[in-house]
Amino acid sequence: MTASGAVGRTTAALRVCGLRFAYPDGRAALAGVDLRVEHGERVALLGPNGAGKTTLALHLNGVLTPTAGTVEVGGVPVVRTNLREVRRRVGLVFQDPDDQLFMPTVAEDVAFGPANFGLRGPALGTRVAEALAAVGMSEHAGRSPLHLSGGQRRRVALATVLACEPDILVLDEPSSNLEPVARRELAETLLALDRTMLMITHDLPYAAQLCPRSVILDDGAVVADGPTRELLADAALLAKHRLELPWGFTPGGCTP
Amino acid sequence: MGAGHPHPLYRPGDSPVHHLPAQAKIAGALACVLAVVATPREVVWAFGVHLLVLLVVWAVAGIPVRWFATRSVIELPFVVLAVLLPFSGGTPRVQVLGASLSVAGLYAAWNILAKGTLGVLVSLTLAGSTPLRDLVVGLQRLRTPAMVTTIATLMLRYLDVIAGEARRMRIARISRGHDPRFLHQVAATARGAGSLFIRSYERGERVHLAMLSRGWAGALPSAGAPATRAQWTAALLPAAAMAATTAIAWTVR
Repeated sequence: MTASGAVGRTTAALRVCGLRFAYPDGRAALAGVDLRVEHGERVALLGPNGAGKTTLALHLNGVLTPTAGTVEVGGVPVVRTNLREVRRRVGLVFQDPDDQLFMPTVAEDVAFGPANFGLRGPALGTRVAEALAAVGMSEHAGRSPLHLSGGQRRRVALATVLACEPDILVLDEPSSNLEPVARRELAETLLALDRTMLMITHDLPYAAQLCPRSVILDDGAVVADGPTRELLADAALLAKHRLELPWGFTPGGCTP
Repeated sequence: MGAGHPHPLYRPGDSPVHHLPAQAKIAGALACVLAVVATPREVVWAFGVHLLVLLVVWAVAGIPVRWFATRSVIELPFVVLAVLLPFSGGTPRVQVLGASLSVAGLYAAWNILAKGTLGVLVSLTLAGSTPLRDLVVGLQRLRTPAMVTTIATLMLRYLDVIAGEARRMRIARISRGHDPRFLHQVAATARGAGSLFIRSYERGERVHLAMLSRGWAGALPSAGAPATRAQWTAALLPAAAMAATTAIAWTVR
């Protein structure tokens, strides 16, 4: 983190060059993806099912290794020797909160990440308290995730990643299965965090609300990259890639 | 089975025994069982002293004797075996209440009954005063292999998740009229169990990814506080008393 701060903001927060990935059975999931995200940007990653959005996200913290191309996080290349540093910088919030809340209590889940990166004792306790306060779940610290509602579990899953203090937050479908109030509260939480964010979503109004820039991925390649409002206003582009605005929503209607 | 979900063998309380760190209690319980097993079976009074020590621990922990009585049922198969032994042993035999019982068999039966019962009661004392999560943390602090404690910790969380999935699958089945009364109708339930296994396996892979993404490198971060010397002394006191009894029993037999 200090390295990128010293270099200044000329290094991109995230740089993906010519990323190719094929599954072991030969099926190509990513066919040359180029993406550059600057510090502090919030970018939405849109696209139909099977476009390769989650596969791309898994490349960003080194879980998957590309068959060709490079990924750089704050100037640090994502290779096997750098994985620990990369995973500290990139926080990936998965789609199903139950996959990420695996410790018996909320506080232990939030402490898991920072403890793995070397934090101990009172510093760990403070980090956990700050992360839970950032998502508004401080009073549930001692409870089992089993007793939380869906929206609460999503917020705790977000806290588990925030506790690692990543430079980039990658969210996979953050608003799916959320009731309207929980959806709004999550949006408010995300807007209050001043971090670089890459949000994979099907929820076009959510993307319009939270992310000034959008990238459309289809068939493993980037097909559009620009301001969200412009992309959502282009009906032909959306239709070509199986995207549709929900009933009654007009992109120009709500101003952020 | 998280913080607000105590297992059926746990009796919440506020006694000094409850507050002792789990690693000290586990070590103390193990030492007690070893002392009991090492007692020579002919010295009957020694087992009475062991029971007395346990009663003192229960009094301090505030757990009533009745609580242990109901949960000792797990011992039943061994009691049945013990009762059958005197009838099948060889000579010498002795007449008891009109039945001819083998002396060696009687001693063997007493051995099983006394040591088995005391062992079960020691385990119940440990389980009754320690929540499941603390037990796993205690094992971790006692340097149990990381694989064992990791699996146990994840099990604490995911047993309920999997049970919930199984419940939802069952509701889906009975909503579609499935009503298995006969053996040949359990095919659907069995296939449900198979698909539950596959789903759990896939969930396991996703959890592994999530753990890797948060920097997991093979062992769960150690939780819990180290036990002070006073706490270790307190936890090992009953074991010391039992060990002394066993030593005396060996010298006088």
